[in-house]
Amino acid sequence: MNATRAREGLTAGVRGLAVGSSALTTSIVLFVLAVVSIAVIPLGVGVFTTPSALLKVRAHADTRRKLAQKWSGVRIGSAYRPIPCRPGPLEEVRRCAALLRDPATWHDLRWLLVDMTAGGVLALLPATLLAYLGYGWVLALGVWRPIADAGGDWFLFIHITSQGSAFAAAALGTAMFVLGLFVNPALLRAHFRLVGAVLAPSREAELAQRVDRLTETRHDAVDTSAAELRRIERDLHDGAQARLVAMGMNLGTIEALVETDPAQAKKLLAMARASSAEALTELRDLVRGIHPPVLAERGLADAIKALALRLPVPTEVSVDLPERARAEAPVESAAYFAVSEVLTNAVKHAAADSIWVDLSYAAGALRVSVGDNGRGGATSGAGGGLSGVERRLGTFDGVLAVSSPAGGPTLVTLEIPCALS
Amino acid sequence: MRVVLAEDLFLLRDGLVRMLEAFDFEILAAVESGPELSRALAELEPDVAIVDVRLPPSHTDEGLQCALAARRARPGLPVLVLSQHVEQLYARELLADGTGGVGYLLKDRVFDAAQFVDAVRRVAGGGTAMDPQVIQQLLSRKARDEPLGRLTPRELEVMELMAQGRSNAAIAERLVVTERAIAKHTSNIFAKLGLPVSDDDNRRVLAVLAYLDRG
Repeated sequence: MNATRAREGLTAGVRGLAVGSSALTTSIVLFVLAVVSIAVIPLGVGVFTTPSALLKVRAHADTRRKLAQKWSGVRIGSAYRPIPCRPGPLEEVRRCAALLRDPATWHDLRWLLVDMTAGGVLALLPATLLAYLGYGWVLALGVWRPIADAGGDWFLFIHITSQGSAFAAAALGTAMFVLGLFVNPALLRAHFRLVGAVLAPSREAELAQRVDRLTETRHDAVDTSAAELRRIERDLHDGAQARLVAMGMNLGTIEALVETDPAQAKKLLAMARASSAEALTELRDLVRGIHPPVLAERGLADAIKALALRLPVPTEVSVDLPERARAEAPVESAAYFAVSEVLTNAVKHAAADSIWVDLSYAAGALRVSVGDNGRGGATSGAGGGLSGVERRLGTFDGVLAVSSPAGGPTLVTLEIPCALS
Repeated sequence: MRVVLAEDLFLLRDGLVRMLEAFDFEILAAVESGPELSRALAELEPDVAIVDVRLPPSHTDEGLQCALAARRARPGLPVLVLSQHVEQLYARELLADGTGGVGYLLKDRVFDAAQFVDAVRRVAGGGTAMDPQVIQQLLSRKARDEPLGRLTPRELEVMELMAQGRSNAAIAERLVVTERAIAKHTSNIFAKLGLPVSDDDNRRVLAVLAYLDRG
């Protein structure tokens, strides 16, 4: 047995003890609270206490979900329906009804029952295995005597009646401890699996949740693309198109003037050429805004490198992608514009003097991290520039995570599930 | 001067052929795709190649890749790359081997025939011809930093033209001053930037670009 295994076994014991005690205290208290609250709904009082009790249950369950992910890598899904929060005199009643109609609520309560029994025992088992060591040696070091005087007691299957049996108990306790070091991580994982089995939403609930999310992101996608089309139309109409019209008019005048007033015609020709150059510049900018040429030609990695070269703040780009691998064009485009937005934010608001971008692909997802050493304080909350990025990534099931404590540094990570070709 | 030309748009290709022929260039081949370009560059030994970045069949940066490959096969082969847009990334790749005879221009620079032909000749002669847009991007990015910030506006102007690949005489003509004045400006610029003075046009441009490139 190596040191890492031993440490894992011990840690699992301590964690099991923490989870087990919470199962045997918090879970029982919350279950009683919730059931009593529901029971007194007919009296009217329950209507006001039930929502808060059930929300506490949810928080308790969410804590356990987090621990499962953090300690044992067990992912437990959750599918709570949104709670209505329209203000009004009937608000509490509505909330109460919505909570009671949500199947997830009943899953939670069922879980509390399991948690205070089998789940709690399973969670305490790792700590118990470790505790036998201490108990065995305490017996062997003299405590066996009063016990034997009182008629003996059982240490597992050993009847404590003499120093010899006490030593046997100590040996057995040591064996249990060593066994615990080996099996504890698995036992803790088993507990979280059990939690998952009881608490995870049903397939229908998960599907319903997914449909909701898809509907929402589809709305966003439609809205954004409509806005995008309007912008392009406006830019073409006010920009390049207008310039070409002006150019045509100039050329018409030139045609009329070329023989009678060559000097004036020459001046107009120069203007026409300038107009055509401006129209080209505008078209070029427009194209860059729709689908940047480098992105089309080279793909995401080089497009981001090219972007970094244009920033006023020194920006380092590191890429860990298979050579010449490309994601689908819409995914690349979404990632590019998201990164572009994040970089623009960093330049504008962070007051950073160095920025780095990390591009990698792992576990079926493209991941881009953008970090800066600026003043921090960026949020992904509603209304901010980052929430727009988040919504656009949502269309591709992508996610955005922001870590930006006041005082910095800021780290924005975005992930888009996709295949590379 | 013998030219190989690659451009997939018929109108532009035809226009370039006519224009270059009017300025006494000899067109060895005018092709429209990457593979044809590679073959022409390998077989025809032109004095200069004029290449569009985006070419069939892939319609990505095939032209640029062909040009870079041809320069690896025949170091110093003068290549002028034309593009619908300019990217520092591509400019760096062209300048990466540190030898001259490269150019990177926006396609609409052909509107001004005299200047365009001048650029082709410069590249064929082993000089550089960088698009003003590339230079401006670099200058605007670095102007905040020392020691570029110490340059006077006039010196910045001179440096911009110098970085495009122009000789002192051409800069003097452009800014309507004497060549001696420009020589004074350039030695000031080199002094401020801490670059060793050199008479070699090409090397000084590369030195400037390399300096700008250092970020």
